[in-house]
Amino acid sequence: MMHLLQTSLEALKPFLLPLIFAVTIVAVLPLIAGYIVLMERKVMAHMQVRLGPMRVGPHGLLQPIADAVKLLLKEDIIPESADRLVFWLAPLLTVTTAMLAMAALPFGPGFQIADLNIGLLFVVGISSMGIFGIVLGGWASNSHYSLLGALRSAAQLVSYETAGGMAIVGALLFAGTLSLRNIVEMQENLGVWFIFAAPVGFFIYLVASIAETNRAPFDMPEAESELVAGYMTEYSGFRWALYFLAEYTNVVVVASIATTLFLGGWLRPFPHTHALDFLDEFPAALMLGLAVYSLYRAPKQPVLIQKLVMVLVAGMFAAFAVILLAPMVATHVAGATSIAMMVASWKPALLGGFWFLLKIFLYIYLFMWLRFTFPRYRFDQLMRLGWQFLIPISIVNVMAIGLGLALHRVWGWPRGLALITTTLITLLIAAALAHTGEKKEGSEAMVGEFWGSGRDA
Amino acid sequence: MADPRIPAPANVETTVLGADEIILNMGPQHPSTHGVLRVKLRLDGEKVVGSECVIGYLHRGVEKIAEHRTYTQFAPYVDRMDYVAAVSNGLGYCEAVEKLLGAEAPPRARVVRTILTELQRIASHLFWLGTHALDIGALTPLFYCLREREEILKIFEHYCGARLTTHAFRIGGLQYETYDGFERDVVQFCEPFDKRVDDYEALLTSNRIWLARTKGIGVLSAKDAIDYGASGPVIRGSGVKWDIRKAMPYAAYSDYEFEIPTGENGDTFDRYMVRLEEMRQSRKICLQAVAKIPAGPIMARIGKVLKPPPGEVYHAIEAPKGELGYYIVSDGTTQPYRVRIRPPSLINLEAFDKMVRGHLIADVVAIIGTLDIVLGEVDR
Repeated sequence: MMHLLQTSLEALKPFLLPLIFAVTIVAVLPLIAGYIVLMERKVMAHMQVRLGPMRVGPHGLLQPIADAVKLLLKEDIIPESADRLVFWLAPLLTVTTAMLAMAALPFGPGFQIADLNIGLLFVVGISSMGIFGIVLGGWASNSHYSLLGALRSAAQLVSYETAGGMAIVGALLFAGTLSLRNIVEMQENLGVWFIFAAPVGFFIYLVASIAETNRAPFDMPEAESELVAGYMTEYSGFRWALYFLAEYTNVVVVASIATTLFLGGWLRPFPHTHALDFLDEFPAALMLGLAVYSLYRAPKQPVLIQKLVMVLVAGMFAAFAVILLAPMVATHVAGATSIAMMVASWKPALLGGFWFLLKIFLYIYLFMWLRFTFPRYRFDQLMRLGWQFLIPISIVNVMAIGLGLALHRVWGWPRGLALITTTLITLLIAAALAHTGEKKEGSEAMVGEFWGSGRDA
Repeated sequence: MADPRIPAPANVETTVLGADEIILNMGPQHPSTHGVLRVKLRLDGEKVVGSECVIGYLHRGVEKIAEHRTYTQFAPYVDRMDYVAAVSNGLGYCEAVEKLLGAEAPPRARVVRTILTELQRIASHLFWLGTHALDIGALTPLFYCLREREEILKIFEHYCGARLTTHAFRIGGLQYETYDGFERDVVQFCEPFDKRVDDYEALLTSNRIWLARTKGIGVLSAKDAIDYGASGPVIRGSGVKWDIRKAMPYAAYSDYEFEIPTGENGDTFDRYMVRLEEMRQSRKICLQAVAKIPAGPIMARIGKVLKPPPGEVYHAIEAPKGELGYYIVSDGTTQPYRVRIRPPSLINLEAFDKMVRGHLIADVVAIIGTLDIVLGEVDR
């Protein structure tokens, strides 16, 4: 019986698993996006000496659900002068493309919907399609603020895709493959995360990815103090929620690309150093710690229902801990039975998934940190930064990495030395560029020049 | 039909729009017009080629109300003009009526007035700094600023029971004696405040983006500033050393040492630096004043019913936003014949069009912020 189940599972696996993964992602992603918003509000609050959401659930833990319900129940408004069809279609387009991009992302060694051989190209291409939804939505609203927001968004995305793309090319030179899974495996084989091989590339990608996802300090398209809400000014209720979901999905996507390309994907730190093998126990220990802490906090909640929710949260963490711990203890407890073997075989997938998510969240935390620290760039300054600094540097970076690889492979320099040399060259050129750029800046004419040239063309 | 008595708007809609121009209506419901200011912007792309401020959305007829109230009854109304700096408004009105009466507040009242007004200046500038930074996209300084402002509001609350529209002073002196521990509270706030201002500077002044967003934005030359009748930090940012606390000292300002900070270029950054420095100077004044508050009565003998002799008086003080003037005409009855208020926000706002032309939309909000307007005072 057990054998039959297992064989049938094996036979269905090629079709079943991607489907399960896809359904999981579509079902869980809105929840995750909601909790990223909660995390953002909490991080913001603590940076700003306040508490943030505290009312719905203990420490606001149920706030995302309350928000989602509120958005679903809101009146559905389409402005009278809007283009109804496009207005209706635009948010769907944005959210679909954002979710589609998740298909090729490797969340763990086994957790990937489709391992495309051009995975990276697919993700970058699909996620930049989302701009259509933004531009169409801004245009269809028939409002000046929306239009300006959409215009800004289009210009910004085009500019920063270029720089971000070139930064990706830098990492691709090391990997030699577009398959996201192989890129991670390459980092495992080479024994180095590409962030250390191409730090300048990572930095460029970081800046470009903030700009691509329209987040502060590059949140021009929706700069609330200037354009009210940019392209989503006229949107409300569930359509607005779709845009919001797309935005946070895109954040997850760019964080995933950065993690896969530069931060070693699902690899734990130093995967080959066996002295650090205890890091494999870290995920379970962390979850257990969180569970204990939640239990400890539970009696301190003011209301009975909040106490219960806190216990529930503790139970959830404990369950995670058990799941993470299961593969490691399975063979000890149940011996060499087939079930125990199967459970033990989950180990790399579970741990990989944990490390991948941890890195994603650290990257997103960095996004938030930057958002709450910096003022907003002005539109023309953003464009100047993109075209006059980031794009040249990203091209120089690609050439320098090529040079470094040539030094290593053709002339036989040690790899580390070659890359450090070329990185230094890139940094020098960057400093020179920044210096000349600074000299040019400050003249009032720049604003006029930028717009004037655009009008004459 | 347009009313022929009202002149047509100056520059936004009178000329025909170019093919690539649009008119953007900013406000009165807009997150960063600081209340209900409405700005019509004529845009070429995102570049502003013309602008027009539409005001009056918060008009409450404060000046007319004055004609139907006694001098004493009208005092609380002035708090509602610049509601971010209510204490300063009250000081200006009380001193103007005292001038009309030929009376003078006793020394103790004058010193306490000075302390409270300077605290109010700090509070007003803190609120300005936070919202200005928020307009330019820096979210965090607002909450640090509000944290410090809260300390000041607590002092007000202890003193007179109100936090915002305080009505702290009375004509002829003070209604309330200072509470026990007033001096301690003021010192406790002022001592660490210098470091707090340093913190804001660390967040903003050395930030590249902040510099790029404020330097060279909304330039107002010294000559223009004088021509427009600008006052307060706006004129000082343009390099004109004009401060009524020094030029025509009132309350107890002549007793204290403080500097008048000025800028050089008259841009948003200079006005920002001027206001930061003013906060430091206000702190200095507070510390000097609180060290020796003279003993004595807090009210002058002016009688219960105020009947100023017929005549007129103009009295101006240096409110946080600039020169706040009261022009009061008395006909010898218990009610003023006319009260005309010179609100600094309104006069400073006149320079808006001049400052905003040629800049982008993002700079428009920066310039509205740097003028530090309060619509309650603009519209009255």
